[in-house]
Amino acid sequence: MLRFVLKRLLQAIVTLWAIVTLTFVLTKSVPGDPFSQEKQISESTRAQLNAYYGLDQPVVVQYGLLFQRLFKGDLGPSMRQPGTTVNEIVRDSFPVSITLGVLSLAIALAVGIPAGILAAARKNTFFDYLPMGFAMAGICLPTFVLGPILSYVFGLKLQWLSVSGWSRSTDWILPASTLGLFYAAYVARIVRGGMLEVLGQDFIRTARAKGVGSLRLITRHTLRGGLMPLVSFLGPAIAGLVSGSFVIENIFRVPGLGKHFVQAAQAADYSVVIGTTLLFGSLIIVLNFLVDLIQALMDPRQRIS
Amino acid sequence: MSAEAESATEQGSSLWKDAWARLRRNRLATFCLGVLVAITLLCLFGPFFSPYKSNVQDLDYGAQGPSASHWMGTDEKGRDMATRVLVGGRISLAVGAVATFVALLIGVSYGAISGYAGGRTDAFMMRVVDILYAIPFLLFVILLTVLFGRSLLILFAAIGAVEWLTMARMVRAQTASLRKQEFVEAAVSLGLGWPRIIFRHLLPNVLGVIIVYATLTVPSIMLLEATLSFLGLGVQPPNSSWGDLIKQGATVMDSEPWRLFFPALFFSLTLFSLNFVGDGLRDALDPRAAKD
Amino acid sequence: MSAPILQVENLGVSFHTRHGEVRAVDGISFDLEPGQKIGIVGESGSGKSVSCMSLLGLIPKPPGRIESGTARFDGQDLLQLSEKQLRTIRGKRIGMIFQDPMTSLNPWMKVSSQIMEPLIVHEGMGKKEAAKRAITALEEVGINDAEARMKSYPHEFSGGMRQRVMIAMTLITRPEILIADEPTTALDVTVQKQVLDLLEERQRDLGSAIILISHDLAVVSTFCDEVNVMYAGRIVERAPARAIFENPAHAYTEALLRSIPANHARDEVLYTIPGSPPDLRGGVEGCAYAPRCEREGTAEHSTTRPAFVEVGPGPDHWAEGCPRCTPTSVLP
Repeated sequence: MLRFVLKRLLQAIVTLWAIVTLTFVLTKSVPGDPFSQEKQISESTRAQLNAYYGLDQPVVVQYGLLFQRLFKGDLGPSMRQPGTTVNEIVRDSFPVSITLGVLSLAIALAVGIPAGILAAARKNTFFDYLPMGFAMAGICLPTFVLGPILSYVFGLKLQWLSVSGWSRSTDWILPASTLGLFYAAYVARIVRGGMLEVLGQDFIRTARAKGVGSLRLITRHTLRGGLMPLVSFLGPAIAGLVSGSFVIENIFRVPGLGKHFVQAAQAADYSVVIGTTLLFGSLIIVLNFLVDLIQALMDPRQRIS
Repeated sequence: MSAEAESATEQGSSLWKDAWARLRRNRLATFCLGVLVAITLLCLFGPFFSPYKSNVQDLDYGAQGPSASHWMGTDEKGRDMATRVLVGGRISLAVGAVATFVALLIGVSYGAISGYAGGRTDAFMMRVVDILYAIPFLLFVILLTVLFGRSLLILFAAIGAVEWLTMARMVRAQTASLRKQEFVEAAVSLGLGWPRIIFRHLLPNVLGVIIVYATLTVPSIMLLEATLSFLGLGVQPPNSSWGDLIKQGATVMDSEPWRLFFPALFFSLTLFSLNFVGDGLRDALDPRAAKD
Repeated sequence: MSAPILQVENLGVSFHTRHGEVRAVDGISFDLEPGQKIGIVGESGSGKSVSCMSLLGLIPKPPGRIESGTARFDGQDLLQLSEKQLRTIRGKRIGMIFQDPMTSLNPWMKVSSQIMEPLIVHEGMGKKEAAKRAITALEEVGINDAEARMKSYPHEFSGGMRQRVMIAMTLITRPEILIADEPTTALDVTVQKQVLDLLEERQRDLGSAIILISHDLAVVSTFCDEVNVMYAGRIVERAPARAIFENPAHAYTEALLRSIPANHARDEVLYTIPGSPPDLRGGVEGCAYAPRCEREGTAEHSTTRPAFVEVGPGPDHWAEGCPRCTPTSVLP
């Protein structure tokens, strides 16, 4: 088990290094130098950028400087917002995004898992077709279509919920639900698939031959195996939630890191884009590592190897 | 042996026909295939039949709902929505098709070589895939477009550059399992070189998997492009893909709902159909699906 | 002779598939006495597994359907019981062991939980007492160090040991009938004998009746008191084990015996029955074995379903009375 953990940890570190390197290589392969070509940045900002990125130094030194700064947790200055550093932007907006992400994931699981279990247990009946129909609709209705629609229905027409901002206590409902329900669709499909796969196995037949009833069959015999594909999915789901946050924060005007990222991209604020990319990338890698750990803990077969 | 061998080759030659028959029997998939063909034809040829051009403004008719002369209404500049939706479809579908093709080329070659090579090469190549997989596609594409610009070409390349990973994994898994089978040993013992073995002997067997995943990659790519356009980071004006039209429609949803409805309808229908056809193809080509 | 513990009469099971209705079990009847060991032999698709699984209601109901028959057990007809009622019998009074112990045990549950489960579900036993019983059960099937091994997972056992665990798990409630569906097919030959010996020993201790299902006539004949030979969903011959070997009546039984490798002389080409089992869609007309029958003779195969008649020479020896498959010299 320990070997497994170490192996995955090593992999995570290598991946982190790879992302930083890849980003660096990409930045350097842009024809012309994006930083020095920008005429609209002030002198002081240029000086900051030079200091941070070492733009007048050989490439190798720049590479080293980047790592040095990253180890210190310094993500560099913003090009478009003079006097602000990426760190400051992150500090203000990241917690908002995290909250949104956690809430969305909670909704996705709370809705998706029961739906998937029900659909599998009542396969090919109404209780299967209904949730799966919704699930299919959810997958095909992208968040940027669902969001405005929900916003319109619940926000403007019914006036139940607010459609923008993050200050009032109910502000989170629409954004988190939009993102959450979208992923609930995937969760439901995966849980249903996983449960059905387990239910088709021989040992379920053995359990039935032992006289085990439906409820016990599902909870004690099927659930643990059936939910495993879901744990695998958590990795990509987290990546998806990050991507989703860009759109959701945009639609509902949530002051999260995603919104800032998109704005920076629109404004070609390279340093913010790069800094945020590295941050998001690292976050995803760390979380994937945790997901791997959970998966190993859940599957006794993996633990031994 | 002769009787059994005959029936085996009989079955072998009709594998594709078998799969096609299975697909046809799946009524939902067939229906969706029809929808896809209809939408594609509409987008390709529809604008030629339209009395309007997608970019011609006519401010007298600004922001009107669907009517006899404008089937999907107009936007605030008086441009005909129906034409815009269809032209937008051309772009969205084109991005979907071309980027999928790029992803396919890279992914299939990479996966086939990795699966065939086996051993440490395979392990290394797949490790690279695992690492790249950790990066969210949207994030990476945004990074690429910020760095390299937002031309249509860059867009194709950037999207293709992220989407090939799944295809590579699928093809590699298939190739790796096929490689262990005997007909590969036979080819090797005949002295055929490995490129020939890969491309002429292994790949036809993998073709089924490739088709299925290509069909399932297209909606994923279209979603990516639409998201980019929605965020204003994708296709640039005057070109407007469905994503861009949806963005515009979302802002005026309460006053001009038709501007969100029609692009969203076409987009969702296309995604929906592609997913069902892909699922249907997967069931049709999977020999295990023959269990009754 | 005491009353039979199980009486199956005219059991018929069909599957409604996309390609047609497959008559998997075509009207079979047999009795099981308390403590008796009977065997059901046949090729794949002969209906041997389906017949026994339908007794416990383990056939998937669409597409399967029990079309006819009764199965009397303790005054009740098993085929008419509801799922709830069946659950009180399954695992408690009638137990079943399956072919592949690798896939038949839950890989995510500890062996202890799986063995204790019948006690908890059927006898409402507490965990501590159930655990003690489970340890005893493992020791009874010859697993040493039972207490430690309880905490293991199935994949940590070898194939033979896994099957022992299955046996322990199924016998822990001391069922009156044990159905063993190809229990040794997935095991190595050396292990096969060990498992069969174990089954015999446990059966002697507990007095349970056993139905042993197999495609291996040799195995069934050494283990069972009475053997039923099934073909195309029908029983074509039934006799005490010895009589099957010494005086096979039906052509199919004879062909099966001929195919046993041990029955061949050195350097003799292995005999295989020509052709393949019939397509059971829509049922079979007349003598089902006719297309493959190699028996010489002048009589024609029966065009209607042959009657199941008593043949000789010994007692309780029955076979399908097709004039060609079952030579007239043995017909009464």
